[in-house]
Amino acid sequence: MKRYDLIIVGAGPSGLSAAIEAAKRGLNVIVFDENEKPGGQLFKQIHKFFGSKEHRAKVRGFVIGRQLLEEAAEAGVSVKLNATVIGLYQDKEVVVKQGARIKHYKADSVVIATGAAENMVLFPGWTLPGVIGAGAAQTMMNLHGILPGKKILMLGSGNVGLVVSFQLMQCGCEVVALVDAAPRVGGYGVHASKVARCGVPFYLSHTIVEAEGEDCVKGVTIAEVDDKFKFIPGTEKHFEVDTICMAVGLSPMSQLLKMAGAEMTDDPKRGGQVPVCDEYGRTSIPGVFAAGDVSGIEEASSAMIEGRMAGVAAAEFLGYIDKAELDKELAVLDKALDGLRQGMFAPANRGKAIEKTEEGIDISSNLLKKGYVSDDEIERFPGVTHKKGIHPVIECTQNIPCNPCQDACPKKCISIGDNITSLPIAVYEGDCIGCGMCVASCSGQAIFLVDEDCGDGTATVTIPYEFLPLPKEGTKGVALGRNGRMVCEAEVVSVKSATAFDKTHLLTMRVPKEYAMTARFFKEAEQEVSR
Amino acid sequence: MNSVNDRSRDIGPFLPGADDDMLVCRCEEITKGEIRRAVHDGMWTMTEIRRYLRAGMGLCQGQTCSRLVKGIVARELGVSPAEIEPATSRVPMRPIEMRIFANEAEEVDADEK
Repeated sequence: MKRYDLIIVGAGPSGLSAAIEAAKRGLNVIVFDENEKPGGQLFKQIHKFFGSKEHRAKVRGFVIGRQLLEEAAEAGVSVKLNATVIGLYQDKEVVVKQGARIKHYKADSVVIATGAAENMVLFPGWTLPGVIGAGAAQTMMNLHGILPGKKILMLGSGNVGLVVSFQLMQCGCEVVALVDAAPRVGGYGVHASKVARCGVPFYLSHTIVEAEGEDCVKGVTIAEVDDKFKFIPGTEKHFEVDTICMAVGLSPMSQLLKMAGAEMTDDPKRGGQVPVCDEYGRTSIPGVFAAGDVSGIEEASSAMIEGRMAGVAAAEFLGYIDKAELDKELAVLDKALDGLRQGMFAPANRGKAIEKTEEGIDISSNLLKKGYVSDDEIERFPGVTHKKGIHPVIECTQNIPCNPCQDACPKKCISIGDNITSLPIAVYEGDCIGCGMCVASCSGQAIFLVDEDCGDGTATVTIPYEFLPLPKEGTKGVALGRNGRMVCEAEVVSVKSATAFDKTHLLTMRVPKEYAMTARFFKEAEQEVSR
Repeated sequence: MNSVNDRSRDIGPFLPGADDDMLVCRCEEITKGEIRRAVHDGMWTMTEIRRYLRAGMGLCQGQTCSRLVKGIVARELGVSPAEIEPATSRVPMRPIEMRIFANEAEEVDADEK
């Protein structure tokens, strides 16, 4: 039986991170993954990540995946794909299906980083072809280049539902509605806003009554629910769709740990059945660690840190490093993880209704109900200021752990400070040169460059733009407001693309000056007619 | 025995529901009504439900439906889903053809030595 110092199950963000840290410290490491490609969910993530530099903020998920694979290869990690771990036995014997054979391996330590599976909800018609997981839609679009459908209804307003809705529109689908039974949008407000300003209506406190169709989805009916999640008669709405996407949470795939005899617990806050483990992933079985979503649903950035913790802890368990080095490494990682677990969306705040920002500003109620900050609410946030000449307008209204914008500005016009969750402030003294680095650096696409008065009765608004084909200079169309409805006619002044923008294009449109603070998206004229 | 599994507890009679014919376990084609009825037949844990109905015993091994089944059982028993005793996890973790399951490699490949 082939022996390894460390066997890792799952080559996603946490598994690869664990492998890198362990291999760097001299452990002989192998990673098994049942998929044909490594990276877990990372290669489906085409959006820019949040966080700070140490969390690889403003880097797109699939690029992080590539970086991890390179680091793993450099560290001498062996990654076995199409290798399905079917069992974890006593004394860390790992049984793997590879090709048409079953192979047995022996490990001195094990990291389980198997991730999570998508949840489903029941409604009549849920088994019809066309009802798919949001993750499945992402796999189809971003890994295989296949359109999941043409007209889509998204159920779930968490970050997955919001991010996938945006990606569906990027690949040319129409998202007819974003629906959630909860009374408030679950994901980041900035993700919601970029979906809403494209014209997607949000239906909170609504859920699916039924999916219609004989052999595939032809339509869907939703209705409002009361505070006991019972349908309110007469509130039904019908949509013609060919696809219903479900983004209703994830469940940890923790079966291997359970079969190995690790102590388990059912914790709804962590997504279901999870191993009992300490903050570094040590389970009740010495030498068996859990990292990433399998030990509690979070997101990829924290999964990477958890993986690194487990990798370092495994190195110490086997004596490759001593306790002093372990403590030193873990202190650094603790700080990084702590940074991500701050703000309104921190795990500790899950399920709580937060009404004020850390700065004491009322959270936009429209943002939570409709997905966008209304025009009369936006002015109360510190990133939204007025000034002569071009200047950034930062529509970041919730405390989330993210700060690339303050480093992006070469003129230091944007300040967040040491507290990573603070709302960005437009620094009045800063002399904006209109370079647009802030617009492109904002993972939430919440920064705009506005010149409120060009002197000829018009204003220019520069928006982040990630749709193809890019409109050409001089293209006429309409400006949409934060709510996705037309506010005025608009003309494209310029579309800038630069390597440093990393494929976030900067579209500048000219609008009548009274719409400078309301025009936030551009739609070409003929598209509007065809709607 | 914990209080959830106290079989002397009265959970009331089985009441037919409008959506009883809705499929819950797609692999084994088990409906919501069958699961609810099974609870009234005395199947209160996930293991019992699996053995009694085969819900969650098909190709996906309950990856999709086990959470849904758990929710239905919990509601029928009037408890939280977290209180329902989960099913056992067994090898093989993933569906596998018997001819492969029985095909144990004597030695690992040369590239792994």
